[in-house]
Amino acid sequence: MTADTPVTDPALPAADGGLDTDALLDDPGIRIVVCCGSGGVGKTTTAAALGVRAAERGRKVVVLTIDPARRLAQSMGIDRLDNVPRRVDGIGGEGELHAMMLDMKRTFDETVEAHADAERARAILENPFYQSLSAGFAGTQEYMAMEKLGQLRARDEWDLIIVDTPPSRSALDFLDAPKRLGSFLDGKFIRLLMAPAKVGGRAGMKFLNVGMSMMSGTLGKLLGGQFLRDVQTFVAAMDTMFGGFRSRADATYKLLQAPGTAFLVVATPEQDALREAAYFVERLAAEDMPLAGLVLNRVHGSEASRLSAEQALTAAENLDDTRIVDQRTGKAGLGDQEDPDPAVTASGTTEPPLSPEAGQASGPEPAAEHQDTTENEPPHENIADTATAPEAGIVDANGTVDANDVISIEELTAGLLRLHAERMQVVAREHRTRDRFTALHPEVAVTAVAALPGDVHDLDGLRAIGDRLAGGSAPAPAGAA
Amino acid sequence: MSRFQVVSGKGGTGKTTVAAALALALATEGRRTLLVEVEGRQGIAQLFDSDALPYEERKIAVAPGGGEVYALAIDAERALLDYLQMFYKLGSAGRALKKLGAIDFATTIAPGVRDVLLTGKACEAVRRKDKQGRFVYDHVIMDAPPTGRITRFLNVNDEVAGLARIGPIHNQAQAVMRVLKSPQTAVHLVTLLEEMPVQETADGIAELRAAELPVGSVFVNMVRPHLLDEDALRTAAGGRRKEIAKALTRAGVTGSAALVRPLVEQAAQHAERVGLEREQRAVLAGLGLPTAELPLIGDGVDLAALHDLATELRKQGAGEEGDA
Repeated sequence: MTADTPVTDPALPAADGGLDTDALLDDPGIRIVVCCGSGGVGKTTTAAALGVRAAERGRKVVVLTIDPARRLAQSMGIDRLDNVPRRVDGIGGEGELHAMMLDMKRTFDETVEAHADAERARAILENPFYQSLSAGFAGTQEYMAMEKLGQLRARDEWDLIIVDTPPSRSALDFLDAPKRLGSFLDGKFIRLLMAPAKVGGRAGMKFLNVGMSMMSGTLGKLLGGQFLRDVQTFVAAMDTMFGGFRSRADATYKLLQAPGTAFLVVATPEQDALREAAYFVERLAAEDMPLAGLVLNRVHGSEASRLSAEQALTAAENLDDTRIVDQRTGKAGLGDQEDPDPAVTASGTTEPPLSPEAGQASGPEPAAEHQDTTENEPPHENIADTATAPEAGIVDANGTVDANDVISIEELTAGLLRLHAERMQVVAREHRTRDRFTALHPEVAVTAVAALPGDVHDLDGLRAIGDRLAGGSAPAPAGAA
Repeated sequence: MSRFQVVSGKGGTGKTTVAAALALALATEGRRTLLVEVEGRQGIAQLFDSDALPYEERKIAVAPGGGEVYALAIDAERALLDYLQMFYKLGSAGRALKKLGAIDFATTIAPGVRDVLLTGKACEAVRRKDKQGRFVYDHVIMDAPPTGRITRFLNVNDEVAGLARIGPIHNQAQAVMRVLKSPQTAVHLVTLLEEMPVQETADGIAELRAAELPVGSVFVNMVRPHLLDEDALRTAAGGRRKEIAKALTRAGVTGSAALVRPLVEQAAQHAERVGLEREQRAVLAGLGLPTAELPLIGDGVDLAALHDLATELRKQGAGEEGDA
């Protein structure tokens, strides 16, 4: 059912600036989708929601998450994600969803074990330098994410691999780290470090020129001799794997440039997140990596957008000031009287029938208003008391609501209007931020995902997000125009 | 009050903004603070709308009462060359090291060296005194890595001290660790009133405490105003649509009947969110740490907004230590 109940008009074409996520997920040529973006924008949730949706559209999917919140793992019915893909229960249709979480250290260990004989592997795994390196320093996580992606792709068991990227300080680290590690392991310096160890300590030093020996000595002093020896032993043990590291890093990099890969840049309609998104878009283009589009999470809209923030605030003030005095003059021309609610008719929504209580209330209400008018002309101090009395009368008559009505209808309505004004300000701000991005990168297809009031806890929550991902390709979010 | 204040938080919670506001708040009454960033993002420069910060302490703002805020973007590579220069008077050999990739090695790959250099530079600023023996900076505020990495980032010195068992890096790591684990330091966490950031905050605090790092305050950022008595709203709004429509008309809104449903719906969403926020507040209260709340700045944070946030922090007595 989820696959065909988009939140917004399904007839909207994804052409002009819209990202058609369903077309992307259905494309058998697409084997890898990479979700990237700065921290806190909902990358992991987006990856999981895409996974659920793709699986329910019939594909065999694996989602590789890097550091999911516990809740998110639970939302896929898995208490603990680990380094092995686990099948997610409760997926409808023919497809399958598997989920896993990258265990950086184990992935590194497995890589070592797979590419070195048992004795050498043990030497590496026991090396203190290796233990620190693999436990997670700058770049290792990114590199291992790439390594894992390469492994999953090589197994060819899945139609589609959806990858979440590590929570880097910047979105760009993901692209840089593997290259850095690869070139480091293959680099001049590492060869230099290895030299003494390989030829048996100090004997090797004489082959080095003066600058190098000084440097090696300096490092020894700086880091401590033991540390340097650990590094040297590690590097020597890894020697045979260097070629492999470099070529696998290159292979994974090429895989990301291949037509079977699609990058989704994830952001929220906030300045910082979209600035990172813009950098990423530029970087992907520079690296010839295929960008499918931008997922804009937590976008706000309003179905009452016909009423601007300013109008809402003015109206709220009218209720505050002239609450009781004269309702007729309070109408300071806020809108076109003849206008039959264009927003409502256009969006096809109809007003739900008023509740029967409200219908009945129409009798006593004018009387109550009249009472207000006569009793409470100017003094504001009295409004609360006098307003409460008639309210209470109405409530009693209808028997619907009880004593909580310390809040008058004017206060309530003014509150609704202020809330709406705040919403409209958020909508306007998000539009401005988004427009700046679009002006920079008009070529990038966008899907806007409407904000949910709460967090995602289960597959249904992920489905709801999937619906929004699929339905958000309209040029602007529902009602936000 | 702690002289070294480290500000961490989940990505997207506004760490940099809070760190900057705190630096301003602590710089009042003629005091001087240093705001440092360590991730090479130039977030401080963007926030203060200045050019990219060089590797040099530079005044970026003044606070009420003649206070000053300085800023520094710590660069691991430059910090390492500084150290080498300081300890070994390397001169051109430093450039040779760089050419060989040794600096790259030491700052990006060698376990923790990068983090030791970054925290080391900040701690040096914390301890630095002028000729009269007064501290150069009253407070140093660090815009630190996110919650998920903060404990490892700060504790890496311990690890390095174990790994490099002798030598200047070892000594450096130990000296830094002494500052970090003392009451001179407070690690603050920034969160939003949402489930995931709050959960991450609770986890982060547990990790910091396990590592014996002094936890400071929780900063709840981007708190939205409460425009209505939500309880009254939730229970009353549904049954009073017709009255609301009339009130809207009285207020001068045309076509009010059609607006009632979306307005009430928005209010219901708002009420739901407020309810969730209340739950998260309760979770935060259970952490037993001082808490400060900062309002949502609608139109992007500029210098004026930063000053407002700083005033807010001062009012709430922010920066006091928690279980430090």
